[in-house]
Amino acid sequence: MKYQQIDQFAAGLAREKRAAVYDGSKAGYDSRYKALFTHYTAPDELRHLAGEIKQHAIENLDTYLPQVEAKLQENGAKVHWAADAREACEAVLKIMRDRGATKMVKAKTMVSEEIELAHFLEKEGVECLETDLGEFIVQIDHDHPSHIVKPIIHKNRREIATSFEKNGLGEYNDDPGTITRRARQYLRHKYLAADVALTGANFLSAESGRMVLVTNEGNSRFCLAATKVHIALIGIEKIVARDRDLAVLLNLLGRSGTGQQLTSYTEFITGPKSAAQPDGPEEMHVIFVDNGRTDVLESDCREILRCIRCGACLNVCPVYRQASGHAYRAVYPGPVGAVLSPLLAGKKFPEMADLPKASTLCGACNEVCPVNIPIPDLLLRLRDKGKQAGSAAASAATPPMGGYAILATQPAAWKAALSMGGIINAVPTPLLPQAAKTWVETRGLPPWRGGQFRKWMKQRKKS
Amino acid sequence: MSASSREAILNRVRAALTPLPRRAAYPEFGDNVATMPAFDREADRWTAFSERQKLVNGMPMVGATALATWLRENGHLRGYCDPTLWAELAPAFGPEFSVSTDYDRAQVDEYAFGITRAAGAIAETGSIILNDSTTSRRLGALTPWVHAAVLRRENIYSDVAAAIAALGKDTNIIFCTGPSKTADVEGILIEGVHGPGVQIALLID
Repeated sequence: MKYQQIDQFAAGLAREKRAAVYDGSKAGYDSRYKALFTHYTAPDELRHLAGEIKQHAIENLDTYLPQVEAKLQENGAKVHWAADAREACEAVLKIMRDRGATKMVKAKTMVSEEIELAHFLEKEGVECLETDLGEFIVQIDHDHPSHIVKPIIHKNRREIATSFEKNGLGEYNDDPGTITRRARQYLRHKYLAADVALTGANFLSAESGRMVLVTNEGNSRFCLAATKVHIALIGIEKIVARDRDLAVLLNLLGRSGTGQQLTSYTEFITGPKSAAQPDGPEEMHVIFVDNGRTDVLESDCREILRCIRCGACLNVCPVYRQASGHAYRAVYPGPVGAVLSPLLAGKKFPEMADLPKASTLCGACNEVCPVNIPIPDLLLRLRDKGKQAGSAAASAATPPMGGYAILATQPAAWKAALSMGGIINAVPTPLLPQAAKTWVETRGLPPWRGGQFRKWMKQRKKS
Repeated sequence: MSASSREAILNRVRAALTPLPRRAAYPEFGDNVATMPAFDREADRWTAFSERQKLVNGMPMVGATALATWLRENGHLRGYCDPTLWAELAPAFGPEFSVSTDYDRAQVDEYAFGITRAAGAIAETGSIILNDSTTSRRLGALTPWVHAAVLRRENIYSDVAAAIAALGKDTNIIFCTGPSKTADVEGILIEGVHGPGVQIALLID
């Protein structure tokens, strides 16, 4: 294969989309930098600490999972466990059927995307409405989110205005304020008519059983003010040991994701609403989702489970910026996705084994990561794993290295190649080896300078 | 399904972790490690809070009269108020206002403002804190375009870490940092998505 799949996708991306993704991710990077480096003198130390906090939690999940389960039950929540996507979807459906519920409003949760919950529920006759503005637009467009934090980073206002018009949400108007106002008006009546609210969780403290949910729009708050049943889908890696960890993580999450000190709405939930409060869920269910996470925990890439889904690595990644999130063919795009998606793919790992190659290993993703995940190291481990597994995708667009190996292990052959290599500059493009041909499609070959160093050394010895 | 899945998941977690030669230790860190170093924790809390709240496009205000005047000037005449607050606030509001102390879900589009109690605030971030035991109605604080949270001076925490340390037993606590907002459409900031477009912190001594 001449190109990797991500390259092929990027090459076919409309100029307008590429610009939208590039501008959006660059803006995200800039606001993150400004927030962290004007507010803190040593933000780097903070993210190292946050990494240690999360690494401790995931390496002690055997202690913390039963502990948090007991706390949640003590607080009045019901706890369910789902080994895979199907079990998670069925657990949600069963809770709804038991209540005779047919209408769900949901806040943004990546794990619900992962298990394709909305699709499953719709087939079962349950109305399942996204309430985050971006996710709502993705839903009415039958599209997929392309960024963890900014799901419609790939869309412009004109496309959105057109889908609003098509879906009966007023005449064409591409003013972002008007679009937002129309969604506000439409969705508030949906919240009030819904039976069940579904959310994810950003963090869950083992110490108190307290879950934390952040949104900027206030949609998860509306879900939890209007409905009587709350279902929280929580990946088992969301646990932290103590409440005090939350102060560190929340301060980093807002700044890393959107350049905010704190996300606008940061909600701490320990159970169903209190008796005196008229609004909110009388029933709370927590569904712990594995869906491949224990495989990741077992692997030598378990550091990726620290991820707090801020999207900073997407924003900074030169490959993401050019290729967009959809190029990654999975729920989690960008550098985090290049690690997580193949790991979560289970038996389909070989099909996703090209993703770890979609990186220049520049290391920017590690530098911006609020929990200091060594993403480049993990990408290298997965490249190796892909090769070991004999995946064709893992070798896509890799030039054959056999000839190079012969030259590099035989000093005489190497010397000869160096002195004669200049010929390549005179070879017309169609006759170049494939690897060089691909290279010259978008740039020139550098002038051949092989052998110069040897010559210089010789001269130096003489004089 | 659930009981066996629980065992299966926990067994897999144990199997994954048991071979580790050692587990990552819980790191040592001070409570205020993530508090902004330049933030003066000894400063007057209301002054510090007001400055920070303005930075997130919130509106600090002092006294019921200021609130009534602002609402009137902006044409927000119909609203909801926590019944236990209304007796104290009513004298500042004239007959042009129509204020209900009983939130009716069917009237969601009619309330231009909601007035409820704040459980506290955070000076470092300009956040107001609502919880179930002090907020009369979650909806009353969320659905109107303007939300005024009535705050007492002694309930302002200096920083996020202090507010988290004091979370306590309430089943639902929310930090509201400025109005509801989105930047989903082309990264342009729009306020008032699902929650209030105007977030007021009203200090009453």
